[in-house]
Amino acid sequence: MTENLQFDSQGRLRHFLTIEGLRRQTLLEILDTAKSFISVGQREIKKVPLARGKTVVNLFFEASTRTRTTFEIAAKRLSADVINLNIATSSANKGETLLDTVRNLEAMHTDLFVVRHNRSGAAHLIAAHVPAHVHIINAGDGAHAHPTQAMLDAFTIREHKGSFDKLKVAIVGDIQHSRVARSQIHALNTLGVAEVRVIAPKTLLPTAVERLGVVPYTDMKAGLDGVDVVIMLRLQLERMRGAFLPSEQEYFNLYGLTPEKLGYAKKDAIVMHPGPMNRGLEIDSIVADGPQSVILPQVTNGIAVRMAIMALILGGSPNESRSRAPRASE
Amino acid sequence: MSQSFDINAAIDRMAQQLRELNKKQAVMVGIHTGGAWIAERLHKQLALTDPLGTLDISFYRDDFTRIGMNPQVKASNLPVNLEDRHVILVDDVLHTGRTIRAALNEIFDYGRPASVTLAVLIVREGRELPIEAQVAGEHMQLNKRLQAKLIGGPDHLELKIQESHA
Repeated sequence: MTENLQFDSQGRLRHFLTIEGLRRQTLLEILDTAKSFISVGQREIKKVPLARGKTVVNLFFEASTRTRTTFEIAAKRLSADVINLNIATSSANKGETLLDTVRNLEAMHTDLFVVRHNRSGAAHLIAAHVPAHVHIINAGDGAHAHPTQAMLDAFTIREHKGSFDKLKVAIVGDIQHSRVARSQIHALNTLGVAEVRVIAPKTLLPTAVERLGVVPYTDMKAGLDGVDVVIMLRLQLERMRGAFLPSEQEYFNLYGLTPEKLGYAKKDAIVMHPGPMNRGLEIDSIVADGPQSVILPQVTNGIAVRMAIMALILGGSPNESRSRAPRASE
Repeated sequence: MSQSFDINAAIDRMAQQLRELNKKQAVMVGIHTGGAWIAERLHKQLALTDPLGTLDISFYRDDFTRIGMNPQVKASNLPVNLEDRHVILVDDVLHTGRTIRAALNEIFDYGRPASVTLAVLIVREGRELPIEAQVAGEHMQLNKRLQAKLIGGPDHLELKIQESHA
């Protein structure tokens, strides 16, 4: 169902809801397109006219300044008109409220909805009910998926490490509850990363996590040994109250990324974090601001990657089913 | 099917016309991919001092919503500030004029040039926009169903004539 929902009847990418079911070719096409959008952000006039006349609604049922802002900038750099809506989630009649909201916005001739919701499957639900000309991008749904974050992480890894096939990547933190980790695992495996490791206390590792195509570790030293990329996850503080963890200090001692622990990784390993960071909880400031950190380039890359995804779904992704038409005129 | 005409001679004619226009201080910009190959040759022949620029007009196409994103987009590279400069815009084939329209729009997003001179290897009929080349290597009559495309660049340029899929 997921795969069908993301593609139109001609097999073109219509929505971007999850990495699952996407081919390596599609992911590479997104990364290649994003690469060319990087230069747009470096120009005096940071705009191209691809989405001129299109209306993009950032529909955020869950607070997120950073992600919403990067989607907003991405859409504006494509020359789209952007509206931001932050809607508090109502606990009652959630499905009905969600679809009613979307139908009302649809009536205003919206072309693309960027949806964030604290319920897994919210973006899929909307995608299943919008007419053919309306596109949905999932900007994070519950503990399920955050596919654009995974793509910007993959982009940042490729920018710093070149190809994926020889890399060892470690994802550290709350794997159990992280939509970011789930999407990263799917993206990295689809892109052909040699080994994806997850490092977390047992309480934050899903059961049978190996089925996702990862090697689990509960010890940082062993897990970071010889890796090329370290991805730290944000620790939700409510997990402390949920008895998943003993104390903040103990978590930092065991799993916080310090210069000493980073020393187990390769010398040229890069450090990533989807943000916002809890300094002193999952990452030491010395590492976060250090020479191996690519946390700020991740933010910059996020705009180009989101521009690429928007452009591909608004214009149709030709690689899924049909050959490329020749250049416009000559 | 390949069209037999001497590409090197056509480039020489373009260089001669550009010399006559006295565009020595101009900035040369080639449109990906064929235009960039021709521009590379002309840039050398004219011994222009400013580095050569290249444009990929994929982000400026007017048919984007009909045929989608080109997955082989190459980033545009304009190493020189275009503000108040004389620009020589180079492409391989001038047909409908839509590529040049897109290129002009992109150039103006980098700055306001003093002038733009259009130089193309082949001019064919079928204009859909009021755009003409000041410099042309060759004029060609082609059935409107056919597409002219430069291949084999940058070293072994050849003109390929094929059925258009547009």
